[in-house]
Amino acid sequence: MTRPSLFTKEARTVNYVSGPLIFVRDVKGVSYGEIVRIILTNGEERTGQVLDISKDLAVVQVYEGTSGIDNMNTRVRFTGEPPMIKVSIDMLGRVFNGVGKPRDGGPEIIEEASLDINGMPINPSARDKPADFIQTGMSTVDGLNTLVRGQKLPIFSGAGLPANKLAAQIARQARVLGEDEKFAVVFVAMGITYKEASFFMKDFERTGALERVVFFMNLADDPTIERIATPRCALTVAEFLAYTHNLHVLVILTDMINYCEALREISTAREEVPGRRGYPGYMYTDLASIYERAGRIKGIAGSITQIPILTMPDDDITHPVPDLTGYITEGQIVLSRDLFRRGADPPIDALPCLSRLMNLGIGPGKTREDHRNVADQLYASYAYGRDLRKLVAIVGEEALTELDKKYLKFADDFERHFITQGDENRSITRTLDLGWELLSALPEEELKRIKREYIKKYHPAYRKE
Amino acid sequence: MIVGVISRISGPVVLSEGMRGSRMYDVVKVGEQDLNGEIIRLDGDQAVIQVYEDTTGLRVGEKVVNTGNPLSVELGPGLLSSIYDGIQRPLPALAEQSGSFISRGLSISGISRERVWEFVPKVKAGDRVRGGDVIGTVTEHHIEHRILVPPFVSGTVKEIRGGGFRVEEPVCTLEDGYELSMMQKWPVRKGRPYQKKMDPDTLLATGQRIFDTLFPVTKGGTAMIPGGFGTGKTVAEQTLAKWSDTQIVVYIGCGERGNEMTDVLTEFPELLDPRTKLPLIQRTILIANTSNMPVAAREASIYTGITLAEYYRDMGYDVALMADSTSRWGEALREVSGRLEEMPGEEGYPAYLATRLAAFYERAGRVICLGSDSRVGSVTIIGAVSPPGGDFSEPITQNTLRITGTFWALDTNLAYRRHFPSVNWIKSYSLYLDQVKEWYAHSGFSDWMDLRARAMYLLQKEVELQEIVQLVGPDALPESEKAILEVTRMIREDFLQQSAYHDIDSYCPLEKQYWMLQVILSFFDRVNEAMARGVALSKILKLPVKADIGRMKELTGIEDIKGLITTIDDALGKLEAER
Repeated sequence: MTRPSLFTKEARTVNYVSGPLIFVRDVKGVSYGEIVRIILTNGEERTGQVLDISKDLAVVQVYEGTSGIDNMNTRVRFTGEPPMIKVSIDMLGRVFNGVGKPRDGGPEIIEEASLDINGMPINPSARDKPADFIQTGMSTVDGLNTLVRGQKLPIFSGAGLPANKLAAQIARQARVLGEDEKFAVVFVAMGITYKEASFFMKDFERTGALERVVFFMNLADDPTIERIATPRCALTVAEFLAYTHNLHVLVILTDMINYCEALREISTAREEVPGRRGYPGYMYTDLASIYERAGRIKGIAGSITQIPILTMPDDDITHPVPDLTGYITEGQIVLSRDLFRRGADPPIDALPCLSRLMNLGIGPGKTREDHRNVADQLYASYAYGRDLRKLVAIVGEEALTELDKKYLKFADDFERHFITQGDENRSITRTLDLGWELLSALPEEELKRIKREYIKKYHPAYRKE
Repeated sequence: MIVGVISRISGPVVLSEGMRGSRMYDVVKVGEQDLNGEIIRLDGDQAVIQVYEDTTGLRVGEKVVNTGNPLSVELGPGLLSSIYDGIQRPLPALAEQSGSFISRGLSISGISRERVWEFVPKVKAGDRVRGGDVIGTVTEHHIEHRILVPPFVSGTVKEIRGGGFRVEEPVCTLEDGYELSMMQKWPVRKGRPYQKKMDPDTLLATGQRIFDTLFPVTKGGTAMIPGGFGTGKTVAEQTLAKWSDTQIVVYIGCGERGNEMTDVLTEFPELLDPRTKLPLIQRTILIANTSNMPVAAREASIYTGITLAEYYRDMGYDVALMADSTSRWGEALREVSGRLEEMPGEEGYPAYLATRLAAFYERAGRVICLGSDSRVGSVTIIGAVSPPGGDFSEPITQNTLRITGTFWALDTNLAYRRHFPSVNWIKSYSLYLDQVKEWYAHSGFSDWMDLRARAMYLLQKEVELQEIVQLVGPDALPESEKAILEVTRMIREDFLQQSAYHDIDSYCPLEKQYWMLQVILSFFDRVNEAMARGVALSKILKLPVKADIGRMKELTGIEDIKGLITTIDDALGKLEAER
């Protein structure tokens, strides 16, 4: 809401340069958070943002890095404007860099609007309850951890695990039952390699979805600090597409760990008191300002669904980045190295997975009345079977009771047939029926989580005739 | 009026010069846009201000105006079923002014000035009144909203008028000319006064078996729910907000998810209070400061909530306050403290974290309210804690542990296997057992404590037996101990597990809880007797009555549950040892 000033202020008073920050002396009338253009001696122009101002000093973070900036001739121009991005429906099918400049050699965007990339918080009372079931075709997601429109559901991956394949498959297969509405994908690459980015691009190309996708690319060799702005630019575009053009937008953010590294770099350069593992204490708030931009708004048809991908360092789910993410997002899909080695595809570890909005998207009229019960029963039985594996490792399978042996087999079959599905696109009915087939290997009285009426209706033993 | 000038801006913290004469915690209007802020440090001519709104676009040199008042909330009819942000701005009104997104610099009063309430006087001219006395009542939904003389005010009533009034209009005049309206203001950081604090001795019934039967909290007590993400803190808090047997519930969503608040907002008007059969929203005040809303307002939201709770307590009501999550509040303190460049304590939290937490939780309690009729009211605080990495040794969990009475430890492993509520029965505790024992005895469940002790003993025994099983396998256990494992599995699955979404089981009345536990324990007794006669355990476990116990939570009739005891007696009594 800042008024652009009529004249820009320019200073040559760079005093101190440290990491991604420059300190500019003797500046007046600078506003907090405004965008700065830095003109180097060789004429190169860079972009920065004001992080801290006092009477005679402004601290500026430079998105493209500080190499080559000197403290004599470098000119710093204060624009008086908050960081903005030009947005248009024509951005679909285009590739941009981390701050929204075309990267595909195409023409500049003819803007429909120019928006502040920080957005504004959605008023909680204006939010609409997410309720539309999204069928991703993945049994572990649809059956056990249902995704609904307006949700933010991250994928917690580990180095070398196929998170990208899973995300691409979800993006490819996701649809809302009984609807054929307009959708768009905003793909945000932060610090990933060219190879990973090109995997997604090829996948979208192959399925013909390319013209529905907006790419934001900050690759591994692009400036680190630019990553701070990348998700914000992309989400501003997503909001524009969703709330102005009424599209259903799926935002894929990868990889959040690289974003947090950039955040830590700035925090360290500012000599702030570090929180856990050197990440700044405000990282929760900062991540929330990204993730909370998912949702639906009353009276507007469009929606934003987020699938952030993050790589857990050393597969550690208690690392600050997955930990804080899990506290903000509405659940998580966790990939497991164990299952990957056993050949499960996708290697989703069902137990730590969760979808907090699942209940809003399932049940009669949406999926099927027995959905909740079946999911609970599959979970409880699989967890018990997994526990037994530990026991078997010590005492051997012979020591188990007949019932326990059935559970053990159930856990194996569950991983082999329910979790593993390769490229198959399963309907929700197929997923639930598959669940019933697996459960029917257990005695009926063990199915305590399922209402008797559903057992009578859906249990394969009663459905034969 | 003191007017200063901004000299430094760093995130939510702004430094202002020319503020001499300001008081700590005065509310200020910052910059051209009049952003709301609060003074948190004074240093000579300078004041440090935490701003409740985004500071982007502020410039050095803009003005800062001190309003001269501390951060206060408006108290009066119209609070119930409202939804506020952290500084008591009604969110629907904000949406009317600025659309679906919250813009900055808006000031909206907490309670409607326009709405007319029917005031019924309870005192007459000539009566002497003092702080806390009820001068009249207003019906707010179904609640009798008692209009109180503000604390520290007293005098003789000169004139009092009944009829329809707006909240600001005077309804009563004292001899000295002091005019009382239905609305009063109170600074949020200061607890509202009362006559005397009493021991909390009444059970806060929540309809949740693990809470009421195993780890009870009292009205006026404090409880904490720590747990890693996905362990069900929010579901537990919402369940408690739904089913707690208090007249008023204040629910603070502090730095949490927007979609969850929407869930509460859409669900509560539809759900009915099991006691009054009226929509739950009519007894609820919601405070929503989601994680993407400004961090300083998150710090204030906790105080706003507790002050509203104390106001209804002063009317003589039982109030339950849910704070989800206090960790986000602590983090807001840490963020502001970091910007102030204070010396950090543990994990970067300020050294005064423990003091602030204690001061907040101590505002809970069962009290004799101000006023000549010695009403009794209570505020119960149930705070969720979100420890990083699920590690309970972190400062907020540890400091909260020292001051709360009931500890409900949520367990990630239980959550993974979908055992909900995922309260770990070995780690959790309640310090209110003795008081609650008396209460249960008065309510006709004299052997509640014995039942609880037996259940807890078995659950503890199970842990020991499981260790043996892990080492040598289940076959190595004698039959009697295998029976214990079967019964504890029953306690865990058929008693402790309770679905928050099941149409019948989500709320379990105390009597049903009592008899459910009775059924399981009498099953255990009969099993032991049968085994003493030489009946094999495997034979007992084949009995159909076991499945009936598993479906017990779906029953509504107490007699049906009691009937199970006879069924068990019959079934097991008939079993004979095989020769």
